[in-house]
Amino acid sequence: MTPVQGLIRPDLVAKIGFGLVAAATFGGAIIAVFFRNIIHNVLGLALALFGVAGIFFYLGSPFLAFMELLIYVGAITITITFAIMLSKPIGGPLPERSFKKTLGAGSVCVLIFGLLSYIVMGTKWTPAAMRSSDWSVKAIGQMLLTKYDLVFELISLVLLVSILGAIVTARYGRGRVE
Amino acid sequence: MADLYQKLVMLLGDDLTVLILGIVLTLGFIQFNSLFLIWLERKVAGHMQLRLGPMEVGPHGIIQTIADGIKLVGKQLITPRYVDKWLFMLAPVIVLMPVPLAFLVLPVHPGVVVLDMNVGILLIFGFSTLNVLTILMAGWGSHNKYSLLGAIRAVAQNIAYESPLLVTVITAVLWARSLNMSAIVDAQDKIWFVFTPWGALAFLIFLISATAETNRAPFDLPEAESELVAGFHTEYSGMRFAMFFLAEYTNMFIVSAVGVTLFLGGWRGPILPGFIWFLLKSYVLVFMFLWFRWTFPRVRFDQLLGFAWKVLLPIALVNLVVTGGAIKLIDLIR
Repeated sequence: MTPVQGLIRPDLVAKIGFGLVAAATFGGAIIAVFFRNIIHNVLGLALALFGVAGIFFYLGSPFLAFMELLIYVGAITITITFAIMLSKPIGGPLPERSFKKTLGAGSVCVLIFGLLSYIVMGTKWTPAAMRSSDWSVKAIGQMLLTKYDLVFELISLVLLVSILGAIVTARYGRGRVE
Repeated sequence: MADLYQKLVMLLGDDLTVLILGIVLTLGFIQFNSLFLIWLERKVAGHMQLRLGPMEVGPHGIIQTIADGIKLVGKQLITPRYVDKWLFMLAPVIVLMPVPLAFLVLPVHPGVVVLDMNVGILLIFGFSTLNVLTILMAGWGSHNKYSLLGAIRAVAQNIAYESPLLVTVITAVLWARSLNMSAIVDAQDKIWFVFTPWGALAFLIFLISATAETNRAPFDLPEAESELVAGFHTEYSGMRFAMFFLAEYTNMFIVSAVGVTLFLGGWRGPILPGFIWFLLKSYVLVFMFLWFRWTFPRVRFDQLLGFAWKVLLPIALVNLVVTGGAIKLIDLIR
């Protein structure tokens, strides 16, 4: 053991690391929900997803962490921003907050939170020591094509539907102009 | 040197020493690389237009960039009144954040890599996506029509060209059968990937997409000066402006280094030591980017997007399938 390594306690470093990514996730989520400027909301979402990627990294799966960065931070938030920039003039007075909408959104959130907590509490989690710790790309690939085959296929179905939707929207718009 | 290294290891331990040395060297290299590339760009531009380029400061103007850098550090940071203060200030800071990370996983010499990560290539591309986000922050935060238009163009362009770029990267990864940068270099010990027919095609697509991803001419529409003033960095002055340039030129080097690692055998080469070959090959690719810029006229925006979605992406996907088939065939023959 070298002098400096003795000073740096691995468990403390891990705790600080977890604190940082959790703070990024929560802070980002708060910005995404409560701020009034829609561009700030999207960037908050990006921060939250960045934090989620950090949590994956903390849990020992860099592959998932970088995929989260690449797909969610890189592609999804950017596509959302793009849609916002193209759809609505930015600036000008902000619309009033409607109490009904806030109440509706809040109750949906509480409902989902309750449901998820119920599932999380009810699940019998396997302790880390008894689980397989093989998070290599190979293992993930094999899992996706064997055990989680149905989920994998369903995701591609979702993508297919969204592509079809995009094509229908674009085609319709073009027909009207001509 | 070896003695000093031993002392450092005694004090800090193996991992920490390598990490700290790696980060210090990387930060030093980023500065040096940007100074050199900006000078090189002006020289190349000059000579291609039958001019001499910078000649005044130092022999052949080699310390011109240092003089420019000092000027930029000394300049006032102007913040226009109606900008979104947080985004405007954060954008030039965040733009440099992912840049040093990419260097950590680049194998520069046999056995020399700061962080030998088994998904190294994903680290580079995962963090490089933050670049678009910062362009967006800068463009939107500036409260300027030209900046916003530049940012919108940057986003559309980056989404479009990231797809073929990543497909070619997957092709190279499939050929090497690993996401680890060192293993990708190891897999090219018999033949560099670029010398296989599918590898050559993938490399061509990679080069075109990389030019677009780094916002270089002929795909530099986000900062097209004849239509958008300076695009997303119109409102930035002094060191904030310099930060964007630092990031841009470093990204050019990173993209070249990734291209070298994936397609040109990394540090492999005869006689000279590995890191010399690595730098040599990377700078040849960088020179090609400069060459493109001063040779091709800027394309129109619809041509740019159409080319990515209708030409590059289908070819890249077909090439991926062909590569997969070729790997299977080679396996069968063996």
